[in-house]
Amino acid sequence: MYSYFILHFVLFPGGGVAVGTLLLIEEDKYGLYSNLLFKYFLAEGIVCGHDLFVASAKEHPDKILKELPAPLLDDTYGKELGDEAAAKSEDSQDSMKIAWRYQNLPKMEASPTTYTKFGHYYDVSKKMSPELCQSVKWHSFYLHEELSFEPKLKAWSMNSGYARLLQSIQKIISQEGFDGSDPQKKQRNVLRIGIQSLGSILWGDGVCCSDNPEDPHSLTKFLYVLRGLLRKSLSACIITVPAHLIQNKAIMERVTNLSDMVVGLESFIGSERETNPLYKDYHGLVHVHQIPRLNSLICDVSDTKDLAFRLKRKLFTIEWVQDNYLRQERNIYPPGFSYLLKQKDSAWGEGSLQHSTFLMSFLAKAAAFASRLVRHSEPCEQTGSGRIRQTAELRMWRHGHRQEAPGLLVIST
Amino acid sequence: MEGDKGGAGKKRWPSLAGNRLDKHLPGKVEAERILLAAVVSVSHEIFQHKEYPEGKFTLLRDTRTDGSFLVHHFLSFYLRAGCKVCFVALLQSFSHYSIVAQKLGVSLAAAKERGQLVFLEGLKSCLDLVFGEEEQPGQPSPLQFLSGSTSDLRALFEFVRVSLAPSAGDSWKGPVLLVDDLSVLLSLGAAPVAVLDFIHYCRVSVCCQLKGNIVVLVHSNEDSEDEENELLVNSLCHHSDLILWAEGLATGFCKDVHGQIKISKRLSLRQAGEQDLVQIYQYKIQDRNVTFFARGLSAAVL
Repeated sequence: MYSYFILHFVLFPGGGVAVGTLLLIEEDKYGLYSNLLFKYFLAEGIVCGHDLFVASAKEHPDKILKELPAPLLDDTYGKELGDEAAAKSEDSQDSMKIAWRYQNLPKMEASPTTYTKFGHYYDVSKKMSPELCQSVKWHSFYLHEELSFEPKLKAWSMNSGYARLLQSIQKIISQEGFDGSDPQKKQRNVLRIGIQSLGSILWGDGVCCSDNPEDPHSLTKFLYVLRGLLRKSLSACIITVPAHLIQNKAIMERVTNLSDMVVGLESFIGSERETNPLYKDYHGLVHVHQIPRLNSLICDVSDTKDLAFRLKRKLFTIEWVQDNYLRQERNIYPPGFSYLLKQKDSAWGEGSLQHSTFLMSFLAKAAAFASRLVRHSEPCEQTGSGRIRQTAELRMWRHGHRQEAPGLLVIST
Repeated sequence: MEGDKGGAGKKRWPSLAGNRLDKHLPGKVEAERILLAAVVSVSHEIFQHKEYPEGKFTLLRDTRTDGSFLVHHFLSFYLRAGCKVCFVALLQSFSHYSIVAQKLGVSLAAAKERGQLVFLEGLKSCLDLVFGEEEQPGQPSPLQFLSGSTSDLRALFEFVRVSLAPSAGDSWKGPVLLVDDLSVLLSLGAAPVAVLDFIHYCRVSVCCQLKGNIVVLVHSNEDSEDEENELLVNSLCHHSDLILWAEGLATGFCKDVHGQIKISKRLSLRQAGEQDLVQIYQYKIQDRNVTFFARGLSAAVL
């Protein structure tokens, strides 16, 4: 059973935000991919005919809107996916010999092959045409062009940049009728709000500068008031936050609690994972820290693990890595043995990317196996005592020297 | 794995798929009966309240998971029991609670209309304060502290006291204060001491004077760096009569067991020399209810 929000977010990055909620993106180190997601969100709004509100203290919103990706048409996207799907299906034909327990699980489809109305796909290499951009009504907020905080409002005890932004959002919502307050303006449209790099120093907030900022509550107060505005209007909001710069982790915890959906992007640029052959197909990982709990007792947190993203020539996609990962793993385990891995989502926990990485590091360091790996059958070899050696250890001391494990990992001395 | 099984004989691995690991363990039907009994007795104990509690302070905590299902439960439980409820809902909108309560069989709108429920929607109140007109001097907003003019939560306490004060025509049973959730007050700039003062005043007023109950939800994280929140949570734990602590499983997500709940009856608080009673159960949340069971006896395992 897939969580609607996660599946939608994975299939259509930029599209899966429910009306009245807030999606918070923790920026990757250089802000490249979070910026891309931000633009996807806005582009989706234009294609669906929604109104836009773009706020930034870094780039002028006009510039942001000029650089939105162009939507992909039906046939070109279908062709792209078709090539990919053909390549994938060849691999998946061979049955899983080692991780046989996984064979019975349903395959997790990450990209549908049919074009649906719920979301659209975008070509990152092309810009959206100006005619399409002008087809919707959009409002911009560039902090450095805004007049200073109007004195007639009561003191808000909040950072003035944030206060000004809230005022601006509230004005648009009530003037354009998104909150249903004006009976004459029957607004059925949705307002998409995008706020770039909230919390950075450009907004006048010191949370990214020190461990003990002067005003640690501005950001959380802003999010609370924004939440109130979103809940009572037909709007959806995306905010990118440079979380890696915020040193006070307590603030990030509070920010997470006040947001409906929180997704952190971790890019591989400059990290040791960049050269790790396991991740050669991907550009980074997606960590889901929070999913919306709307109108129901339960929130389904399954399927939020092992998400990774990649930016191909044209497309930005998010996928589950597990299927690919298992294929790689088979190359690493020495042949001649079969292994029993825990079933995904079993009562012991999950067979996730992190778990598998843990096992593999064990293999690399030639330490004792984790107890969950059980030797199922073993080639017979009598040792001196007449017992078959049952220790769960690679046969590394055969012939008196260590053998290299076949596959991707080299066991270092 | 190291077995003295001798020779090159076949090894008999226990059948992991079957239920009968050993003939001495109960068979499937027997196990189901045990499970059912466990579920029923736990439900009774937690939620049927054999003796009606008066003047009790219940703390709801969650770690690594969302404990708001407990809030929904207590809301519908007290409304069905005929108590007057003051619900300080800081995190979600009225419609969210209303929709869930509908699934649990209670209509919040109807309860509000007949005066049984006083609902403070924190989000709406905050918007009125921030964007609204100049407030009347006699009617301060409950979230007055947001504007920075005052640093204590007195206005919020006044709101609670006035809403639960017994009025002439009332025929409700004991008053109840429900708060979801207290950690938000810290995010909004209230000092932990101010929040603790607020809770203290509420206890005096609701638990001692009016003989009512209080139920409060707080979030906590292991390895949390939010010291103010930890201070708040620890302090509240010391003063609670009953603590329901919902935790996500340490091994990670599992679709059959959503978490475990630790119930601590703080008997030592009221009577010197008594030991606290601690019980641990696991739970699974479904669309309209929550099932509890003893650890390890999830329906999926049996």
